[in-house]
Amino acid sequence: MQTAVSVTTPLTDGILAKLKTGNRVVINGTIYSARDAAHKRLVESIHKGEQLPIDLKGQIIYYVGPTPPKPNAVIGAAGPTTSYRMDPYTPLLIEHGLKGMIGKGARGRDVIAAIKKHKAVYFAAIGGAGALISKSIKGARIVAYEDLGTEAIRQMEVENFSAIVVNDIFGNDLYQEGRQRYCQKVTG
Amino acid sequence: MARREIQAAEITQTVKRLCIEANTHLGSDVIEAIEKSCAEEKSPVGRDILRQLLENAAIAKKEDLPLCQDTGMVVVFVEIGQEVHIAGGDLNEAINSGVRQAYKEAYLRASTLDPLTRQNYGDNTPAVIHMTLVPGTKLKLTVVPKGFGSENMSRVVLFPPSAGMDGIKEFIIQLVEEAGPNPCPPIVVGVGIGGTLEKAALIAKRSLLRPIGGRHPDPAIAGLELELLEEINKLGIGRQGLGGTTTAFDVHVETYPTHIGSLPVAVNFQCHCARHKEAIL
Repeated sequence: MQTAVSVTTPLTDGILAKLKTGNRVVINGTIYSARDAAHKRLVESIHKGEQLPIDLKGQIIYYVGPTPPKPNAVIGAAGPTTSYRMDPYTPLLIEHGLKGMIGKGARGRDVIAAIKKHKAVYFAAIGGAGALISKSIKGARIVAYEDLGTEAIRQMEVENFSAIVVNDIFGNDLYQEGRQRYCQKVTG
Repeated sequence: MARREIQAAEITQTVKRLCIEANTHLGSDVIEAIEKSCAEEKSPVGRDILRQLLENAAIAKKEDLPLCQDTGMVVVFVEIGQEVHIAGGDLNEAINSGVRQAYKEAYLRASTLDPLTRQNYGDNTPAVIHMTLVPGTKLKLTVVPKGFGSENMSRVVLFPPSAGMDGIKEFIIQLVEEAGPNPCPPIVVGVGIGGTLEKAALIAKRSLLRPIGGRHPDPAIAGLELELLEEINKLGIGRQGLGGTTTAFDVHVETYPTHIGSLPVAVNFQCHCARHKEAIL
């Protein structure tokens, strides 16, 4: 199996040009957590012309709602949630500078088009591996929407966070390719 | 038969323990299924993911960490013996109290909220409680912390009888195909055929309590389960939907008599953690 590509945030066009569908990556640096409720608020703020609580330029959003940290722990279990629920909000965030997303599951056509047009990337992490993934999160603090609890936006410092490139700037989609490679279903 | 008294406090303690165990200890049937399918999986990426799932389970067990950050909405199946008397409190409250204590004390995620205002209740109650009265003096509790990545992909359709067996199979296969990576494959597919709208959904969910590899006692239905499993694993979806030959660990089918004018079919997806723990008081 191929070795993992090391990716450091913030993401630049130079990094994005090198990432291809199917690449295994390890992510280092700062990423932000946001899921359903936080996405709704971010997009409402954009529509109202308000300043966002985080600067999205070059950043990665991780779709996660972690379990509460135990005493003296940085974070609890923190695996990816299903990404399609963020699809209605994602193209607008990409237009506003967002460059990367980490989640699980396929994205809609509009998101894939926005990824290609504005040069961004969608990574998958392993759903259901929340305990393991938490080990690569070395720091976490709430930076917005604290009232949302697990759904608040957290700034996270990650080290060697494992993921795989699903949608790259060239319009490829690993879920389509992977399935076709192993499909034995006879159509007709 | 003599009446037997069970204290509400004992029910609370048991529900609490089961909630914590289900969220932190991967079932032995799931571990066996992962190991078995690793030997059969054709995709190298798939085998690597499998290794990571076993590592995840080991960390969770050692550190009492949840296996998954989605610690679910708690579904509790209660079988109450007719001769049982619950003393010292309300049974529903005893169950919810166990959930509340587990989620707070074991640092599990509170995910329940008002469906319209989306205001989180903060303690993961209320549970969804299904009670059945059975003969006897025992009380059986089965706790299922149900994750919604898989729950969201589930469906019920009330087909006309003409849809027949072919219609049932086509519906299930198509649903698995559409769900793709979302329900965290390798999945367990729970199927409920018959009854009414809610009965079909309920028997589909109940079928998920069966251990992986456990077959329906009726040979015809057991045959249907194996046939569906084979077809699903030909779809190529694989672990996490990244391509491979292990899309489902198992398919469980339950049936119930239905009406001359209908053929209800419910499909309830379960992610690869397949969390559920039971106790008999």
